[in-house]
Amino acid sequence: MRVFHRKRWLTPYLLLAPGMLWLALFFLVPLGFLFYQSLESGNIDFGYAFTWAWGNYSSAIRSYRGQFERSFEYAGIATVVAFLVSYPVAYWIAFRGGRWKNLLLLFIVAPFFVTYLIRTLAWETILSDNGFVVRILHDIGVLSPGGRLLATGTAVVAGITYNFLPFMALPLYVSLEQIDQRLIEAAEDLYASRWAAFIRVTFPLSLPGVVAGTLLTFIPAAGDFINAELLGSPTNHMIGNVIESKYKELLDYPAAASMSFILMAIILAMILLYARAVGTEQLTG
Amino acid sequence: MSDRITRQVFLRRAAASGSVLTVPGILAACGGGSSPSSGGGTSTEAHKLAKTLHFSNWTLYIDKKGNKHPSLDQFQAKYGVHVAYAEDINDNASFFSKIQPDLSSGQSTGRDIIVMTDNSRYPSLLVKKGWVEKLDKSAIPNIKNLVPQQRHPSWDPNRDYSLPWQSGFTGIGWNEKLTEPVTTMGDLLGNKKLKGKVGLLSEFSDTLALVMAYNGDDPSKITDQTFNRAMKTIQKAVDSGQVRAFYGNDYSGPFAKGDLLATMAWSGDVVQLQADNPHLKWQLPDTGGDIWTDNMLIPKGGDAYTASVYMNFVYTPKIAAEIEDYVNYVCPVLGAKEALIKQDPAVAKNPLIFPTKDMLDNAHTIDPAALNNEKWLTAWQNLVSA
Repeated sequence: MRVFHRKRWLTPYLLLAPGMLWLALFFLVPLGFLFYQSLESGNIDFGYAFTWAWGNYSSAIRSYRGQFERSFEYAGIATVVAFLVSYPVAYWIAFRGGRWKNLLLLFIVAPFFVTYLIRTLAWETILSDNGFVVRILHDIGVLSPGGRLLATGTAVVAGITYNFLPFMALPLYVSLEQIDQRLIEAAEDLYASRWAAFIRVTFPLSLPGVVAGTLLTFIPAAGDFINAELLGSPTNHMIGNVIESKYKELLDYPAAASMSFILMAIILAMILLYARAVGTEQLTG
Repeated sequence: MSDRITRQVFLRRAAASGSVLTVPGILAACGGGSSPSSGGGTSTEAHKLAKTLHFSNWTLYIDKKGNKHPSLDQFQAKYGVHVAYAEDINDNASFFSKIQPDLSSGQSTGRDIIVMTDNSRYPSLLVKKGWVEKLDKSAIPNIKNLVPQQRHPSWDPNRDYSLPWQSGFTGIGWNEKLTEPVTTMGDLLGNKKLKGKVGLLSEFSDTLALVMAYNGDDPSKITDQTFNRAMKTIQKAVDSGQVRAFYGNDYSGPFAKGDLLATMAWSGDVVQLQADNPHLKWQLPDTGGDIWTDNMLIPKGGDAYTASVYMNFVYTPKIAAEIEDYVNYVCPVLGAKEALIKQDPAVAKNPLIFPTKDMLDNAHTIDPAALNNEKWLTAWQNLVSA
C-alpha cells in the first residue's frame, strides 16, 4: 500500500505517456525533419544541402500568394456553407429526432463509408456537363447556355463542403444534444420569444460545437487539394495543389516543405485569433 | 559456376533455335533451389532465380484473361518463378516519389522490375543517380529482337539498364458524335465550338511537343525562345477558356462521358476506350505528334538476374504478341507482328499498334535535356497547377 501511494504521482504521467510518445514520434519528429528540409537548397540532380535558405519562404509567398489566398477563400466559404447546412440538421436531430436519432446520425456519417476519392469522383459525374444537375440549371436559367459547373470554383467549394460536412454536423449535434431543455423552457417562461430563446440560450450553449465544427472543417479544407484537382480547372488550384506539384512533379522538396510550414503558420495564427474572439473556454467546451 | 554456364548456354541455344523453353521448371530443377528475391547483387547469388519476381507496372498494361495474366502464368510454368504483379503505377511523378525515399536511403524498394516513361525525367534520373541495377545481358539473348530505333536512347545509350516495355503516341482524340473531326492543334486550341471542352495533358513533354510542332519549332531541340513561344500559345488557350483542364491518366472519364469534345490523348488508351465507345476517334495532328517509350528498369536492390530472365521471356515474339493483343500500344519486339497476324490479324494490322512509316516520320521525340531543365519545368508546373 505504502509503495503504491508513494508512486501515485506517477499515474497521470503513465496515462499520458502513450499519447505523448505517439505525438513525439509521429508528429514532432517528422515536423522537425520537414522544417530542416524547408531550409535546404539544391535540386534532385546534385542533391540538397542545408543552407538556412530562408529565401524558400519569401519566394513561396511571392510566387504563390494567389493560391494561398484562394485556399483560405474556398475553405472559408465551404466552412460557412457547411455550418449553415449542418446547424438546422443537427438542431432538428438533437431536439426532434426522438428514437430516430441514431439512424439520422448514421445518414450523416454514411458517405464516410465510401473513400474520400470515390466520393469526390462521384461529384465529377453529378456535375458533368451532360448530367441532370447542369441540365436542370440550364432549363431554369441559372446557368447561361454553355455554362458549366465542373471545372469551376463553385464545384470545388461544393466538393469541399460536402466532403467535410460530417466534421461540422457531428460536433454541433453533440453540443446541442447536451443542452438541458429546461433552460430553454425557463427562458420561454420568462417571456422570451422562441427566437430570443434560441439566440440567448440555445446558440450560446452550442458554441463549443460551433467552434469545434468550424475548426475541424476549415483546417483540413484549407490544405485540401483533391477537390481542386478533380473538380476544378488550373485557375481554381489551391495551395495544396502547388505543394503536391512541387513535391511530386518538380522534386523541389525544400519549396514544398516551406510552403507547408507557411500554411501551418497561417492556420495557427487564424485559430489563435478565432479562439481569442470567441473565448478559449469554448475550445475546450 | 559450371551451373551458370550451363544455363547461359541453354538460354542462348533456346533463343538461337527460335524455340522457347518447353520443359516446365527445368531451370529451377537444374539450378538447385532458388533464393529469396531480397538483396541480390552479389555475384554468387546473381545467377540463381528468385522464387518470386516483384513487378510493378501501369494499369491495364499486360494481357489479362479473367483474373489471370496468361503470359505471367507461362513464365511461372517455364521457370518456376512466381510473378507478384502489381498495377501500382499511375503516373511517373507519383510513383517516383513513392520509391524515392527507399532509393535515396539505400534500401530496396521491394520491387524487381518497374516501368517508367522516357518522356519524363525519371528514367534518366534513376540511371544518373545509380538507383538502378544493370541488366544481366547474358540472360537476355532476345535483346536482338529490340526494334532498331530503340537501341540507343541518349539516357541509356547501350541499354545497360533498361528495355522498352511498350511505346505509344500522343495525338488528338475527339468524340465523333459531338464534334467535327479535330485533327490540328490550331483547331484544338482555337476552335470556338470546342470552348471549355478541350483537354490538354499535364505531362510537360506531351503537350509541349505537340504545341512546338504546331508552332513550327523542333521539339527535339528546345531553346528558351521556342519554349517561351510554346508556353505563350498554351497560355493563350488557357486564358481564353478554351482549355478545360490539364489531365493525367484521368482524361479518359470526361472524354468518354462527353465533357471533353476533344483532348490530347495517348494512342493505346483510345484503342481501349473505343471498345466501349466507338465514337471516340484519334489521330496524330497534321503538324506531328509525340512518341514515347515506357521502359522496364530494375530498381537498386532488385534481383537483376531474375528480372533479366523475365525480360528475355517477354522479348520472345510469341509472348510479346500475346501481351500486345491485349494492351494495344506500340510493340518494341521484332517478330511480334508476324506472330500476332496468326492470332489476331485485326490487331496486327492496326497502325496504332504496329505503326506505318508515315506515322513514325510524323512523330517527334522530346529533347531529353529539357526534361531536367528546372526553369522550364517550374514554368510548366506554374501553368498547369496555378
